[in-house]
Amino acid sequence: MTADILLDMRQITKAFPGVKALDRVDLKVRRGEIHAICGENGAGKSTLMKVLSGVYPAGSFDGEIVYDGQPAHFRHIADSEHRGIIIIHQELALVPQLSIAENIFLGNERGRRGVVDWRETNHRTEQLLAKVGLKEPPTRLVDRIGVGKQQLVEIAKALSKDVKLLILDEPTAALQETDSRKLLDLMLELKAQGVTCILISHKLGEVRYVADTVTVIRDGTTVSTLDAKAGISENEIVRDMVGRDMTHRFPQHERRPGAVLMEVEDWTVWHPERAERKVIKGANFNVRAGEVVGIAGLMGSGRTELAMSIFGRSWGRDISGTVKLKGQPVDVSTVQRAIAAGISYVTEDRKSLGLVLDETIRFNTTLANLEGVSSRGVLKRNEETRVAERYREALATRTPTVFQKVVNLSGGNQQKVVLAKWLFTAPEVLILDEPTRGIDVGAKYEIYTIVNELAAQGKGVVMISSEMPELLGMCDRIYVMSEGALVGELTAAEASQERIMSLIVND
Amino acid sequence: MALAEGVNKAGGTGSAKGIGAYLASHLREYGLLLALIVVMIFFQIVTDGTLLKAVNVTNLLLQNSYIVIMALGMLIVIVAGHIDLSVGSVMGFIGALAAVMMVNHGYSMPVTIVVCLVVGGVIGAAQGYWVAYWKIPSFIVTLAGMLVFRGLSLWLLEGQSVGPFPREFQVIANGFVPDVFPAGFGAALAGFFEVRQVNVLALAAGVVTAAAIVWMGLTQRARNRAYGIDDEPFAFFVARNAIVAAALVFITYKLSTFRGLPNVLITMGVLTVIYAFITANTVIGRRIYALGGNQKAAKLSGINTERLTFLAFTNMGVLAAAAGLVFAARLNTATPKAGFALELDVIAAVFIGGASMSGGVGTIIGAVVGAFLMGVLNNGMSIMGIGIDYQQMIKGLVLLAAVIFDVYNKNKG
Repeated sequence: MTADILLDMRQITKAFPGVKALDRVDLKVRRGEIHAICGENGAGKSTLMKVLSGVYPAGSFDGEIVYDGQPAHFRHIADSEHRGIIIIHQELALVPQLSIAENIFLGNERGRRGVVDWRETNHRTEQLLAKVGLKEPPTRLVDRIGVGKQQLVEIAKALSKDVKLLILDEPTAALQETDSRKLLDLMLELKAQGVTCILISHKLGEVRYVADTVTVIRDGTTVSTLDAKAGISENEIVRDMVGRDMTHRFPQHERRPGAVLMEVEDWTVWHPERAERKVIKGANFNVRAGEVVGIAGLMGSGRTELAMSIFGRSWGRDISGTVKLKGQPVDVSTVQRAIAAGISYVTEDRKSLGLVLDETIRFNTTLANLEGVSSRGVLKRNEETRVAERYREALATRTPTVFQKVVNLSGGNQQKVVLAKWLFTAPEVLILDEPTRGIDVGAKYEIYTIVNELAAQGKGVVMISSEMPELLGMCDRIYVMSEGALVGELTAAEASQERIMSLIVND
Repeated sequence: MALAEGVNKAGGTGSAKGIGAYLASHLREYGLLLALIVVMIFFQIVTDGTLLKAVNVTNLLLQNSYIVIMALGMLIVIVAGHIDLSVGSVMGFIGALAAVMMVNHGYSMPVTIVVCLVVGGVIGAAQGYWVAYWKIPSFIVTLAGMLVFRGLSLWLLEGQSVGPFPREFQVIANGFVPDVFPAGFGAALAGFFEVRQVNVLALAAGVVTAAAIVWMGLTQRARNRAYGIDDEPFAFFVARNAIVAAALVFITYKLSTFRGLPNVLITMGVLTVIYAFITANTVIGRRIYALGGNQKAAKLSGINTERLTFLAFTNMGVLAAAAGLVFAARLNTATPKAGFALELDVIAAVFIGGASMSGGVGTIIGAVVGAFLMGVLNNGMSIMGIGIDYQQMIKGLVLLAAVIFDVYNKNKG
């Protein structure tokens, strides 16, 4: 451990009114290593990175930072970027209406005297894109490519600067297994080129795959620093993160699926803007009462589009096919009708599609079923509070009151509020789209427990997920989706990551 | 009741610890009320007491009635995440329509009023249709509407002023509610207060309303306590209610020593209470906040966001028509210039009242208080004889200051 220390953060303490986000945190990053920071949501990882990058200027926290042999006093992000510290945030910071090349060189334009040299810009972009393994023309607009590819653009952007310390805040949260693997390999490659990386991640598999050192943070303090090269188990990390041994990542369950609850037949959907593109190609699937059915597939395979088109035609055009509940065809042509028919859809992106962030837990809980807390159009406030409290207790949402704004909650608790909203519509079938994305291990376990309870109550659950272990650990059956078609169906006993992957690849 | 509702609604959100923290998290609500009081005291002093003379208080209410009426609709439009720039023109157009119908063609007042309100609704619906179902930005649609209806009023009036209106129509804006109490009551009270006359109905209405506000505040408080909701500190509750109640009684007392309750005050008061109730306590109100707060999430929660937007604009049209009738009746004539640039006063009132440009935030009471704050500024500066040039500048800066205050508060909190 006498190796060259690139970054040394000592006794960092950062307090906000009423809460100490960081309490004497230590972090030592050696030059040329990949250093993973693990911790539950709200543990203080992001705050620590904001302290490092100058979002919280020097002086607004206690403790000292030594970077590259000199004490660092960053007053602004520009200061840290200048010294080669580049942070890629969970929420991507790209301008959707600009091209890939324009985004990569935004604020760092190639050219002279204010005139952009497009040839060099695009040429350099091509090189950077090749480095990150993204096959898109540099002139493509960012809003025309998926989230996964946008992530790669962000990394290309970081590479375009003279990066010494690259910080990736949950870079694979929105990525597919294959894309994630590619990204991780990219990190290893960068490491070989001498770039030091800090990786913040919930996915322990990938931490184990790339990290040299793991620092675990819990409740704003450093719990442990582990040498990953010596070999550590995921359980070790998990135990330090949550402060308890977690022998099972998935709660025990025993399911006895009943009769078929929902059937979707010949479901076909066309792209809303590009009329010639058939996005869903005659999909057939069903869910039984008390069953959890998974839909696996790569990003862009049409999983979300399938779910949203079923849920009140919220996506796509010229939709054809039938949805049957308990054998009877039902009208799902609007969201209201889909809800009335007993279908709920928990969206993939809870912040932009699931919640009214500036409103309270109570407001969000009852939003999809205001009829249930009103009479003749007048809200019954007390009843509403009771309902919100009931779900807060049932789902163990951690919040002082249901009058807390949801924007102040952690990802896991926000997801519980979204679940509460849909449970209050008393659905027969729940479609969960990436229900545990960006949620820490402890909260994931709780979400899984809720899913199991729903199945035990006889509801049908459709679970869309990019994390294969999650599908394997939770589902009774898994449909595999590839390029808009369901290409295979596996029972829990048959399913494995390899078989799912081979179905996707061999399509 | 409305003010109590507004503040208490917000009061439920924080996890306030102590009075300081509570005040910090509710600076906006108290700040607005406080600003109104400070501005009134200021003008009361610099105008040597003219501001709060009975006749001026009456005037103040009449002058701002149409702004307040439109601010109610505008608040809903802005909370829904839109804007309506056409209201001044629509108001002028409806006034012109009323004048042409009654003065030139001899239609009766009830027919005219119904037709005008319906036409207002149709105008709102027509604009709302493009905004809601064609997703055309409301700024563009209503900017077009502003020009179109300005032109239509000119055309309808052929560039002339049309008036005067029949007496029974003028009463809408300039009439007063007759005292229902025996004359002896008033005379006795007049003797007691040592004034010329007292309209007992006006005073009684003030006292009863003040009592109702306090009572509703108390029941709300009891309910909050039953649910363990963090409530405002008792001292604040007492102070706020005392100020509001005292102000109400004081104003109605002033009114009672002049000509009593203006008809327009009743219209305004009833509409304010109705809209405050709708926005705070009904399903449709809740949905409008959800629509403005996060349209996509609202839509995926089964809310018919298009229809709601359409209704918000339709409602705005009806209220602009109502304001147009009041305005025409007050001036006793319809002119092609009526309502010119008034939309800006209305929008300013709503933003001063704490609404957010991005939607989802704002209260009816805030908008009404905002309108009166602007009204008192106008009135006070006019009494002082400050030129229209300075008036405009000061009003502009007040708007900017109010919004800066909002943003500062939000960033801090």
